[in-house]
Order: sequence, then C-alpha cells, then structure tokens
Amino acid sequence: MDFGDTQEEAQFRAEARAWIAAEAPTYLTDSLTKSGFGGVKTGDFDPMVEAKLWQRKKADAGWACIQWPVEFGGRGASPMQSVIWNQEEGIYGKLSGSFIIGQGMCAPTLMAYASEANKARYLPKLASAEEVWCQLFSEPQSGSDLAGLRTRAERDGEDWVINGQKIWTSGAHHSDFGILITRTDPEVPKHRGLTMFFLDMKSKGVVIKPIKQANGESGFNEVYFDDVRIPDTQRLGEVGGGWQVSLTTLMNERLAIGGGIATGFPEIKELVDGLALASGRAIENPAVRSKLADWYAKSAGLKNTSARAMTALSKGEMPGPENSIGKLVAGGMMQDIAKFALDLQGLGGVIVDPQLAAHSARLQAMLLRSPAVRIEGGTDQILRNIIAERVLGLPEELRADKGIPFSKIPSGN
Amino acid sequence: MNFDFSQDEKMLRDQVARFLSDQCSSKTVRSVLEGKAAYATEVWDGLVDMGLTGTAIPESYGGVGAGYLSLCLVAEQLGAFLAPTPFSSSVYLATEALLLFGSEAQKDHWLPKLAAGEAVGTLAVVEAVAQTTAEAIELRFSAGQLTGKKLIVADGGISDFAIVLARNPAGGLGLYLCDLQAGGVVKTAVDTVDPSRNSTSLEFNGCPAELLGTEADGWAQLATVYDRAAVLFAFEQLGGAQSALNMAVDYAKQRFAFGRPIGSFQGLKHMMADMYVALKLAESNCYYAAWALSTNSPDLPLAAATARVSATQAFQLCARDNIQVHGGMGFTWEFDCHLYYRRSNYLTLQLGGLTEWEDKLVSSLASGEAAA
Ligand SMILES: Cc1cc2nc3c(=O)[nH]c(=O)nc-3n(C[C@H](O)[C@H](O)[C@H](O)COP(=O)(O)OP(=O)(O)OC[C@H]3O[C@@H](n4cnc5c(N)ncnc54)[C@H](O)[C@@H]3O)c2cc1C
Ligand SMILES: Cc1cc2nc3c(=O)[nH]c(=O)nc-3n(C[C@H](O)[C@H](O)[C@H](O)COP(=O)(O)OP(=O)(O)OC[C@H]3O[C@@H](n4cnc5c(N)ncnc54)[C@H](O)[C@@H]3O)c2cc1C
Repeated sequence: MDFGDTQEEAQFRAEARAWIAAEAPTYLTDSLTKSGFGGVKTGDFDPMVEAKLWQRKKADAGWACIQWPVEFGGRGASPMQSVIWNQEEGIYGKLSGSFIIGQGMCAPTLMAYASEANKARYLPKLASAEEVWCQLFSEPQSGSDLAGLRTRAERDGEDWVINGQKIWTSGAHHSDFGILITRTDPEVPKHRGLTMFFLDMKSKGVVIKPIKQANGESGFNEVYFDDVRIPDTQRLGEVGGGWQVSLTTLMNERLAIGGGIATGFPEIKELVDGLALASGRAIENPAVRSKLADWYAKSAGLKNTSARAMTALSKGEMPGPENSIGKLVAGGMMQDIAKFALDLQGLGGVIVDPQLAAHSARLQAMLLRSPAVRIEGGTDQILRNIIAERVLGLPEELRADKGIPFSKIPSGN
Repeated sequence: MNFDFSQDEKMLRDQVARFLSDQCSSKTVRSVLEGKAAYATEVWDGLVDMGLTGTAIPESYGGVGAGYLSLCLVAEQLGAFLAPTPFSSSVYLATEALLLFGSEAQKDHWLPKLAAGEAVGTLAVVEAVAQTTAEAIELRFSAGQLTGKKLIVADGGISDFAIVLARNPAGGLGLYLCDLQAGGVVKTAVDTVDPSRNSTSLEFNGCPAELLGTEADGWAQLATVYDRAAVLFAFEQLGGAQSALNMAVDYAKQRFAFGRPIGSFQGLKHMMADMYVALKLAESNCYYAAWALSTNSPDLPLAAATARVSATQAFQLCARDNIQVHGGMGFTWEFDCHLYYRRSNYLTLQLGGLTEWEDKLVSSLASGEAAA
C-alpha cells in the first residue's frame, strides 16, 4: 500500500502543474472558487464561451480527455494519470461541467458501438468541445423505468423516422448532437424492443423547450421529435439491442459522476470555522462537531473508495458496482449540510443575495440544487435497489411487467 | 499510488480466516458468553502458534516483524469471528504501549513473552462511569507502588500485567507497568453488555509498578497509544459489520413471508443497502488509516479518528439492523444476532465512545489537516 506518487506519477504531476500554471484562465479563479452548485459562475464572462475556450486550449496541448486514445483526441493516459490531472486542474475543472455528459457518457458509448468512421469523425471534436453532446434517455412516462420508454423509431429505407418526446435532457439547448434511445418493437418484452442512435440536434423536426427548474435555473429541456430522420449509419448497436447499449452509458454515468463528486463538506467546514453562534464559536458547539465528524468521515470514505476504484482500474480490473454509493451518499449529505448551514445563521440564513449572504450564498445554492442530485442519474431508491440486487444478491422485486409485450404493460393512464 | 493490500498480506488474512472458521464458531463465543470459560483458550493458543501475537513486534524482540498492514487484516478477521480472546488488549494496547514507550530493559523482558503468548497484557484507564478525563484520574503512584481502583479493565481478569494510568506525587499522570501476578491486586469480574469479553475491575493495594515512558506525559502517551489502537479496533469493527451484514443477507434470501422471500421486500432491501454503504465507507477509511499507521504518517490522528468513527457507525448499524431482518428470531438467545449487537456496543466504548472520537476527529481537522 502506498499513497505517494511513483517517480513517473510525480513527473507527470509536475508536467501537468507547469502547463496549468502557464495556461489556466486565472482571470476566472475568483468566480470559479465561489461557484459550485447549479450553473458554473464566471463573473462578467459567458460561461459556455469560457468553458469551450479552456477545453480547446487543453485539447490543442493534449490535455483534454486524457484517458482517451490519442487518435480520438486524448493522450492515452492511465487512470492514475487522469486522477492526478483532475487534482491539478482543480477549480478550473468546474468549467468542463457542461461536457461531462458528452465526454463521460456519450463518448464511451460511441467508443464501444460506433463505426470506425464515426469514431474518427465525432470523438476528437467531442474531446475539444467543438461539439457538445447530450443524453436523450428519460421521458415523461419513463425515468427510473427507462426501459418503459415510448419514443418510436420506424425504419424507412436507409433511414429511421423518430416520433415522440424526451424530457429532463440536460444541456440539449447548447448541444450539437445527442444519443437517443428509442422503441423499435412494442410487441416484445420491454427490454428487447429498444434501439440506440445518435443524431444531429439541428435535424429537421427536433424542437427543444427549456424547462425552468425548481432552483430557478434552466439546465434541462423537453425535446420533441416530429418525423425526425436519422440515417441507419447512426445506429449504435443492434436493432433491439438498445438496452445493452444504454447500460454502457449508465455504467459510465456512475463512474463519471461518482468519482470526484461534491459533498458540501469543504463548504460547511469553511462556514463553521469562522461562525459565531449564540452559544459561542460554532466550531466548539458539540452538535456542530458531531455532524462535522460524521460528514468528514463520509466524504473521506467516498474519496478513499474512489482511490480504491482507481487502484483497481490501474491493475486492469473493473471497478465494481460499489461505486453506486458515491452519489447516494453525497446527495443526501449535501442536502443535510445545506439545511444545517442555514439553520446556524438565524433568519439571515434564508438570504440568497451573494452580496449579503455568507460565502457568496453557496450554501443556499446548495440547498436549492441538492434535491436534484438525489434524482438525476438514478434516484436514491434505484441506487439502493441496485446495491441490494446486484451487490448483495437479494431477490428481485416482484414485477408487474415481466415477460409481457411492451404494448400490454399497465401504464396507469 | 497503490491503495490495496499485498498478496502476502491477503494470504495471511485468508489463513487466519480459515483457522477461525474452524476453531471459532459461535459455539466457542457462547462458551465465554455463558461463563463457561474466561476466554477461548484454544483459539488463543492457535493465534499464538501462528505467530499472530507477534505480528508487529520486530524480530529482534522475538516477533514476526510483519508490520501493521498485516496486523490490520488479522484484526478484521478476529472481529468477523467475534474471537473471545484478549488479543486486542494484549496486542493493540499493551504491546503498542511497550513498543512506543518501554525502556530497552522493559522491551527485552516483555516483548518476547508477548510475542510468544507467554504473557498477556492490558491497559487500565477507566475509573468512573463517565467519559475519562485527565483531571479525574485518582489512582496513585508513589514510592514505586500503585494504590487505587480501575473500575473496568478489558481482559483484566486474564492478563499477566497491566499498564496503568496513574497520578504521581508531582500531580502529573504517568503510565505504569504492573505485574498482576506479583500479588496485591484484587480482581473482581464486572458484568457488561458483552459477556463474551472478559471485563474486570482491578483494585491495587500498594502494588509494585514501574514507569513506562516519561513521568509527566502519561496522558499524551495514552492518546498516542489510542490513536494507533483505534485503527486496529476499527478493523475489528469492520470485520464484525461484514459478518452481521452477511448474516442478514443470507437470512433474507431464505426466509419467506407473504409468499416471497423477505429479501424481496424493498423495506428490507434498502435497509441492507444502507448497511452496505456504511460498511464500504468504513472499509475505505480503514484502509487509509492502515496505511497511515504503517507509515507513521502525520495524518494518523485524523485518519485513525475517521476510521474509528465510520467503523463504529457501520458495526452498530449492521448489528442493529441484522436483528431487525431476523424478526422475532433475531430477539432470541439462540440466534447469533445478539452476539454482534453486544460486541458492536462493547467495541464502541472500548477506547471512549463515538462522541469522543467525533470530537477528536474535529480537533485533528482543526489542527490544519487537509479537508476531504
Ligand atoms: C437535474 C436533472 C438532470 C437530468 N438530466 C438528464 C439528462 O441529461 N438526460 C436524461 O435522459 N435524463 C436526465 N434526467 C432525468 C433523470 O434521470 C430522471 O429524473 C430519474 O431517472 C428519475 O426518473 P423520473 O423523474 O421519471 O422519476 P420516477 O421514475 O417517476 O420516480 C418517482 C419516484 O418513484 C421512485 N421509484 C421509481 N421506481 C422505483 C422503484 N422501482 N423502487 C422504488 N422507488 C421507485 C423514485 O425513486 C422517485 O422517488 C435529469 C434529471 C434531473 C433532476
Ligand atoms: C418480544 C416479542 C414478543 C412477542 N409476543 C407475541 C405474542 O404475545 N403473541 C404473538 O402471537 N406473537 C408475538 N410475537 C411475535 C411477533 O408478532 C412476530 O415476531 C412479528 O410479527 C414478526 O414476525 P416474524 O418474527 O415471523 O418475522 P418475519 O415476518 O419473518 O419478518 C422478518 C423481517 O422481514 C420483514 N418483513 C416481513 N414481511 C414484510 C413485508 N411485507 N414488507 C416489508 N418487510 C417485511 C419484517 O419487518 C422483519 O424485519 C412477539 C415477538 C417478540 C419479539
């Protein structure tokens, strides 16, 4: 067991550090430090423009998506080098938040299922964020029950014709492409009638409508498909094999989200360090100390769990489903932290004006954004089901839809 | 970075697991629980034969010198099988105190005996039904003798010597090594929530003892011993938590109610998923603490407190909810659920409870450690 860098790791770290020191957008340091929950804050600058600039700069110098093969715009780096890069990139990494879905989830799916020609055409531009991608999975009737989706794809010559609706599509409004899961056969059991595609978001018949979120921002959208044509060359995997393909995406979703996940611990620690309560210094209050200890132990546990996953990866082993604990722990914890942080500040705790509130109102933003963490990318309940069934081997849920053709499944309306 | 145990360390763990699964069934645990034996002598002898009591003792003192990473994995297995032996008192506490603070003569005399299992040691600290503070220690050391009482000492009834926290004539606290065989100590068994561990009060009536370490630094020395031992206790807790979770999962797969296995009810599934989450967090924190212990990292106080807090939470949760999964059967003497429940609560308190370790964790954080 060894937590230090090996000689090669140290050398790689030094190289990354030097490049970042020379090239990072230091004019954004202050705003980036203060942002964290919900949209990234870049002060007077446009966040998407800044994000693309930084990504492009990284790509040109070989520091984008460093684990990808060089021919697809990466660096062919090891998992451990990728961890080191993320540590060194630090707050500037926040800029790439809008690219996580494309680079962390769509790209691995393309690598596994796209034709060589399509990989060569799309992956390098995905790495440099010249083109941004989104994930068109959830529908009004099927979120947790993803395989219950209804968007239809029907074959017509060399094309497929798409009709239906997706919802909660993060970033659809600034995306160039998306991966889309559809139903191609409603007369077989639900998991068997699905097919995956990717499409140009500017295709004729695609309509994107932003949804205003509970926290006031608009990160996700409704996406409508009205006779949208997709060439068969943009199919990913077999016809009827869409479920298999989606598992690749979802597994990578857990890795992409699970690794360096935010927990809110640094924010609550910073708050209580300087805070006075009616009873005296917050950091000396027993209730505060007890909660801080619990939260630190959890966030350290997550950090150490992902370090173990990295060790497994670097030995060529696949990290196990235990990585589903990341978002499950972090989501609830963030919500608890935010609630507690406000509670320590009297009525003033409700203020969201960054000029008036403590720490630029980051904890208030956390309060309003954290409910979504427990829903997006698999709800807390779905994650517990996964742990119970896949990890502990407990018996499956009794299901009302097992073995029945999709068209005969009760839908409640 | 390489965050994993080596093949040799894992082989040792598997060897200990095989031995314990042969020799340390719940029947063995129950023989101590029900007062038929003070500890499981055959298990203890087997552990000694395997050289495990000397795992972290250097070869120059008769040990194996296999180091702390190995010892952590041994502790995990002892916890998993609820081994009713004085291993933790003798190895994590007495041996550590001697290694850290013993004079050459003390080490030469005691360490080979500890390694060979010829002597069993323990640490005697607690005097009252309250959290222990430096101010509250009354037991006195003067003119080479100890006088006063320790209310509860783990394995006190089966130890050959004790390292005793006592107040010296100058008013400071020191650690004093007292040969319990020499006479003058009254040992009285104490009933606790976990009778599968020996607990004894020790009354010293002018017993000869000698200083371990420095006269005025007893309290700080104790804290150092506790930080190191906390990692090993956390591994025992981790092992216990894993066993309790396994027991719950196995039962939930077999037991039927309402025409289906109870493990298919989401109420129970989610409860066991939460047990698993607590276990994994604790496991990762324990691994990090093992590294900190084995390298004497400056991070040790924080890493140890972190491992201790999460391992305590995990074992308590797993032991508690294992009973719940078992329904009425979980509340019988016959089923083993209560063995884990009892042990989890005993281990929690053994170095000071969760509240005290939470407090230590935050103090180490405040002293400038990096935030996670
Ligand atoms: C901020 C945000 C961003 C998102 N971004 C995207 C995106 O980019 N692309 C995309 O495709 N989707 C996206 N989603 C959608 C997200 O994946 C779904 O919201 C999520 O999977 C839950 O589905 P649902 O909303 O339909 O809720 P439902 O599935 O209807 O769930 C409602 C409640 O029922 C519970 N429930 C459902 N099934 C079970 C079960 N079997 N056992 C126990 N409880 C159950 C759920 O846990 C939940 O509490 C996003 C969501 C959010 C909030
Ligand atoms: C101290 C004590 C006194 C008792 N006194 C009496 C008495 O006087 N008279 C009498 O008749 N009985 C008595 N009982 C029995 C008691 O009613 C049962 O133990 C209880 O109903 C649980 O049944 P079980 O033990 O068979 O557990 P099981 O039914 O096997 O339950 C095991 C676990 O599965 C869970 N589970 C079972 N079904 C479901 C479900 N549908 N959804 C979610 N979870 C589920 C349970 O909550 C439990 O966690 C007593 C029990 C105890 C412990």
